[in-house]
Amino acid sequence: MSATATTIAHEVPPNTGLRAFVRKLRSGDEIAHLIALVFAAGILLITSLLVYELWRTSYLSRTKFGWMFFWTRTWDPVFDNFGAAPFIYGTLVTSAVALVIAVPLGLASAIFLSELAPRKVSDIISFLIDLLAAVPSVIYGLLGIFVVVPLMRTTLGPAIKSVLGFTPLFSGPNYGVGFLTAGIVLAIMVVPFIISVSREVLLTVPREQREAALALGATRWESTWQVVVPWARTGIMGSIFLALARALGETMAVTMVIGNDPKITASLFAPGYTIASVIANEFTEATGDLYLSALIELGLVLFLMTFILNGLARILIVATERGGGRPA
Amino acid sequence: MKKTLLVVWLLLGAAAIVAAQSGTVLLNAAGATFPYPIYSKWFDVYHTAYPNTQINYQPIGSGGGIRQLQAGTVDFGGSDGPMSDEQLAQSKFKILHFPTVLGADVPSYNIAGVSGELNFTEKALAGIFLGTITKWNDPELTKANPGVNLPSADIVVVHRSDGSGTTYIWTDFLSKVSDEWKNKIGKGTSVNWPVGLGGKGNEGVSGLVKQTPNAIGYIELVYAAQNGIAFGKVQNAAGKFIKADLASVTAAAAGAAKNMPDDFRISITNAPGATSYPIASFTWLLIPAHIEDAAKRDAIKGFLKWMLTEGQKYNEGLTYAQLPKTVIEKELKAISLVQ
Repeated sequence: MSATATTIAHEVPPNTGLRAFVRKLRSGDEIAHLIALVFAAGILLITSLLVYELWRTSYLSRTKFGWMFFWTRTWDPVFDNFGAAPFIYGTLVTSAVALVIAVPLGLASAIFLSELAPRKVSDIISFLIDLLAAVPSVIYGLLGIFVVVPLMRTTLGPAIKSVLGFTPLFSGPNYGVGFLTAGIVLAIMVVPFIISVSREVLLTVPREQREAALALGATRWESTWQVVVPWARTGIMGSIFLALARALGETMAVTMVIGNDPKITASLFAPGYTIASVIANEFTEATGDLYLSALIELGLVLFLMTFILNGLARILIVATERGGGRPA
Repeated sequence: MKKTLLVVWLLLGAAAIVAAQSGTVLLNAAGATFPYPIYSKWFDVYHTAYPNTQINYQPIGSGGGIRQLQAGTVDFGGSDGPMSDEQLAQSKFKILHFPTVLGADVPSYNIAGVSGELNFTEKALAGIFLGTITKWNDPELTKANPGVNLPSADIVVVHRSDGSGTTYIWTDFLSKVSDEWKNKIGKGTSVNWPVGLGGKGNEGVSGLVKQTPNAIGYIELVYAAQNGIAFGKVQNAAGKFIKADLASVTAAAAGAAKNMPDDFRISITNAPGATSYPIASFTWLLIPAHIEDAAKRDAIKGFLKWMLTEGQKYNEGLTYAQLPKTVIEKELKAISLVQ
């Protein structure tokens, strides 16, 4: 963003006359620069306006609760006492569960599609996967209600419980709806993003890399896992963070299967709540000013969380690049 | 390019002129979702009968309706709960309440081996939703249901997750019958539920109840009736177990109407009367007391009058209970307050 701005500034020195500028415009290059700059600045403008508006309209709640908003576990619209803790917890837990399931699944599928499957099969399958990414989230929510929830209550849940029931993560009653179900539905929703982007990235790895590894006596799997995947590491991480962003902000599908109960419980079987769901659920009927303001502050918190997680992602990518892998 | 633009402008201009000449009054309204089916029926029938008035109602929720009315972006609003004194004081102009139809909440449950209609005492419902009654064979439940073999299973409570007038009626009732509920939870379109799972909308709650063994939830009577969902009886203020239907809901309104205040802001949950169903409520149209535009004022007054007389005939077809006669008479008089 800032890089674009400085190049433009260099190419159009302030002391050049208007006529010279117009002449340059005619050449087309400047126009392209200008348009790109305006659009890029537009994105920055929209983002800052969004944050400003959230900041401004959450004034009541911010001044009343201060930093305690992050730690308070109560969400009581009747007595006007609001805290974000259960929603932050729910958002993080469901997204984490989703990634734990989706990353191995997505990465393995991407590796299969790019390295093992015949090109034709790979192309057909990726076309279908791209279709999956375009399915509206309410459809995934319905899939969750009618398939995942009953499966969870009658088969999957009891099976997990019989093996891992001794851990606090899988204790307590199993209603079918809850963190785990929401995480599974989210995983189904985000896996197409991971597969699609990772496959593209893996396909861009130069053929020579594979051939060199094979020539050195590596097996097919060794060449894939030790050469191709590390080469594409940055892109794969990018796909995972895209998936994470989608999981954090998902509303409809999550609210349909999570149980909508703002409590912090260790058990993944327990019902929970996420930030995006509570906003979608309660915004229309939020009559009190403080109530509305608290909901908007939740939006601000979600924005902040996405911001922090994205920042961490950048740091992680830089760190892994420095540690080797893809040559500069 | 220029030509196309010119044509577009001409067309827009022509459309504006046509609209202005025909003298159609377009009223914008927004608010409660619960009465939306009957409202859209009314507005449609009214437009056919009086083509000069067109009403556009957005079912965005009571809270949104009140806010948009206060902001002046709609001509009138709709709400499932009466506006509070605080909200009325905040408004820049006076707002009048007009009850339109009646709604009710019913308890729906799913217990293996129990097919009949269960009786729920006030104490039982409050206890279940407070989380103090946790088993289906609790004495409070077995006492009211002699002969029914209730299992010793844990009760799974299901409530609405979205803010809703249905929740307002339910919690208003629980607040009246249980001091503990009133002091700890209170009434509202969303509350801090002590126990239970949240389902989105009537369909979300009834879906969860249907799927989850030993679950109980509350749903809107209209929704239960239209989808053939079985539900239980609730004990009323006179101690009788009453099943919700159009007659018992209207009876509740009539029972409460004797004390109807002049501004129509009344809660009719736990209403007196032997045949009154206790978990019922009016839903209101919110009309500004002063409307500058004479054409709009006449259109709104005309519609209110029609709604209270002709319009009520359409209620029962859509399983909404009719307003009691005494309420209608009082409202017809109140229309003149709109200036």
